[in-house]
Amino acid sequence: MSGTRPDKSKLYYQKVSATWWLKKPSYLLFMLRELSSVFIALFLVIYLIQLSQLIDGPQAYVSFAQKLSSPGWILFHLVVLAFALYHSFTWFKSTAVILPIRIGERLLPREMIIALNIGAWVLVSLVILFLFLALKG
Amino acid sequence: MAEPTVTLNVTRYRPEQDRAPTNQRYTIPYKNDWVVLDALNHIKDQMDGTLSYRWSCRMGVCGSCGMMVNGVPKLTCAAFLRDYYPQEIRVEPLVNFPIIRDLVIDMSDFLDKLKSVKPWIIRKEEKPVSQGEYRQTPAELEAYKQFTQCINCMLCYAACPVYGLEPEFLGPAAIALGYRYNLDSRDQGRDQRQGVLMSHDAIWQCTFVGECSVVCPKDVDPAAAIQRTKVDTTKEWFQSVLLPWGQK
Repeated sequence: MSGTRPDKSKLYYQKVSATWWLKKPSYLLFMLRELSSVFIALFLVIYLIQLSQLIDGPQAYVSFAQKLSSPGWILFHLVVLAFALYHSFTWFKSTAVILPIRIGERLLPREMIIALNIGAWVLVSLVILFLFLALKG
Repeated sequence: MAEPTVTLNVTRYRPEQDRAPTNQRYTIPYKNDWVVLDALNHIKDQMDGTLSYRWSCRMGVCGSCGMMVNGVPKLTCAAFLRDYYPQEIRVEPLVNFPIIRDLVIDMSDFLDKLKSVKPWIIRKEEKPVSQGEYRQTPAELEAYKQFTQCINCMLCYAACPVYGLEPEFLGPAAIALGYRYNLDSRDQGRDQRQGVLMSHDAIWQCTFVGECSVVCPKDVDPAAAIQRTKVDTTKEWFQSVLLPWGQK
């Protein structure tokens, strides 16, 4: 087949622009999903620093926690929360694509798998919240 | 009353005279039942015979007439003018591929990649024709049937930013077809394909943007094929490390 290939010197090579990810909402959502990992990683670093304060005793831990209660840090954590929620949602969406569930001859609709995942997620979150409140009380 | 018209803004690239693509506008009669391909055929037949593009079947089977319509990869035989009318319609060659002329792209790279996954049934030993066909149950067929629908139209490659940025990427359709033959109960060529599918430039280049499955006119869902291949190969790797004695 190589004899039928076009003359490479006459081809025009199309380039991908640096702003390709702004061209479609789905590309932008993809970039936000990838970006979410940066915010989650930052949160984890801060969380690890906070935990390491325990080595210096409860007082150090509390004073670090107080530093984090400034408006700037609260805003940062809200942004992290938004990214974490979005990342989790994309994860459930991916699960439906990657792990199809077959019941008999029929495939479970993807929306159902996503709904089941989110349902389980909410349930586990409520259990954790309940345990947290119970232990606190 | 004047007949309604619609304008197509079409990419032109004539290598003998152009250094880069340009645009050319054609105003044509608007017909409610015309698709973009009908409009291009009207231009070619009635207005400008120099316009080049590929087409064949007109019914979404041959996969030849893929182009960018208003920035979205589409089979032009299935893109109705009425969905864009009265706005001007931008028609460009599929992105991420080199342009040969006007709306015709060079598909050599895709064909090489397609061939590399050996998209045919491989048997360790072919049985003679006299022994009959390789039989399959309906359930075995169902396992891969969706992935047989690929018509090699390359819309998924045009939708994939990874392929645009990393041209070495094996790409959605080729991986989906490799996966399709791996799933086929009649096939015994998995080992021959895995080397290609698991290589650096194949499944692990995919970042799961997911647009390949969105634009696929045949609902092949290449994104699912790629992600499932990732899961399968990861499982196989763990099995080979943790249970080396369990190898076939």
